Amino acid sequence: MPGLTVVFTEWVSKNPPYGLSIYTPEYYQHVLTSVQRVAIAFGLATLLGVPFGLLLGWSRKFKDFVFPVFEILRPIPALAWVPLAILMFKGTESPVIFITFLPAFFATTLNTMLGVHSIDESYIRAAYCLGAKRAQIFRHVVLPGALPFIFTGLQISMGVGWFSLVAGEMISGEYGLGYVIYSGYTLVSYPVIAIGMITLGLVGWISSALVRIVGTSLMQWRVRSLGLGDGS
Amino acid sequence: MSATPLHKKVATRGHLKIQDAHKVYDPEGAAVLAVDNCSLEIQPGEICMIVGPSGCGKTTLLNAIAGFHSLTSGTIHLDGEMLCGPGKPKAEPGADRIVVFQNGALFPWKTNLENVAFGPIMQGTMSPQEAREKARAIMADAGLSGMENNYPGEISSGVRRRVEIVRALMNDPKVLLLDEPYRALDSLTKSVMHEALLEIYYRNQVTIFFITHDLEEAIFLGHRVVIMTTRPCKPKKILTVDIPHPRDYSVLTSPRFRELMDETMEAVHEEAVKAFAAGEREG
Repeated sequence: MPGLTVVFTEWVSKNPPYGLSIYTPEYYQHVLTSVQRVAIAFGLATLLGVPFGLLLGWSRKFKDFVFPVFEILRPIPALAWVPLAILMFKGTESPVIFITFLPAFFATTLNTMLGVHSIDESYIRAAYCLGAKRAQIFRHVVLPGALPFIFTGLQISMGVGWFSLVAGEMISGEYGLGYVIYSGYTLVSYPVIAIGMITLGLVGWISSALVRIVGTSLMQWRVRSLGLGDGS
Repeated sequence: MSATPLHKKVATRGHLKIQDAHKVYDPEGAAVLAVDNCSLEIQPGEICMIVGPSGCGKTTLLNAIAGFHSLTSGTIHLDGEMLCGPGKPKAEPGADRIVVFQNGALFPWKTNLENVAFGPIMQGTMSPQEAREKARAIMADAGLSGMENNYPGEISSGVRRRVEIVRALMNDPKVLLLDEPYRALDSLTKSVMHEALLEIYYRNQVTIFFITHDLEEAIFLGHRVVIMTTRPCKPKKILTVDIPHPRDYSVLTSPRFRELMDETMEAVHEEAVKAFAAGEREG
């Protein structure tokens, strides 16, 4: 195992012995590729998962038809999809994005649905009493009521997204942080593996923080009601 | 005690008539009889207090009036208009009958002002602008100025109840349906809430259907106190509280108040014992 000094020296070296540092353009290409893949997969998972989860939570009939299929597909690990994904999609990008998207989508959908179920029946009754129609209740009660769960789902989605991305990149692709780690492994280059891992930690942390910041800004009521921060 | 009415207007609407209400839960299976042959007439502008042991079926009755649940049989009229009855087991929920819930149901994601303005905006009877202006005014009347832009989670539970009642009154309802709204409050806050409710009532003269466990609360607030039998629920004893309105807290120490308490205590206790023996759960 290399010492931390070796890793750090490699990481900030202008002339890295193992060929990867913050001064080499490839480093940024790897980071950018991974970030792009996660962004696309996470974006798609959110765009599809939130409405799908809302529908599952709001419509009994829809849930009765769709949820059993969903529950059979959901436990299949992302890794098990890799061979099929590679055969199904052309190129290297689509399979990796698909593998990243899948668990992110499941996490978002499931949490959104639970969010709708978590809403106290009194709020819905109160809205009916005050003369709201079903569509208005969806907009003013169901959506904001489910928002805390939706954002929990998005946090999980971001986490599992990075997880599956790395798995996908290790198997297919020629760029990305997963690829960096795997190529470091095949060349028995410890510092490259470590740099790949630390970088993943950093970008993962930043992406989670971004989701959290968006969440807090959309849910000022929670920040202020629960005294989670200075919301004034 | 002066009998001069503070009333700005005398209620002419909100006449609630329940005839032979009957509710069986799960008729094919356990067939639990929750409400049996319950008839009750409430006059416009009356504060009618419903007292009964936990799980006796009071809330079932309230839910039927509000339109959350159906009745198995029986009829409910509001100002001559049938809410539910033969051919229409379940009433439509509407802004003429507004429920104030046991645990409070202000939307935590809306500010107090947005909560109060919610009804008319949803019904399309006011523009959002108008609704907010009226909400501001009606909150000021109820002594709730300065917290318009707070979220319900930022104010005390007592104040939340007041905002919720104001949110209901914003829609000019015929009947307010209160389901043990002060149950979770401590007795000091409760006494403040009672006087605040009466003050709001004297101004608005709305019919009030008020469910409670608390006999003292019932006699202090009500024109009449209806003591319900334990499940199935129907009126066991109806007490007319002849202490004139407006009332304030000095009423509690008056001899007449004690007499009324004594008169009803026994009936309530009897039902509570029956309910306890039957092992009824909260429902």
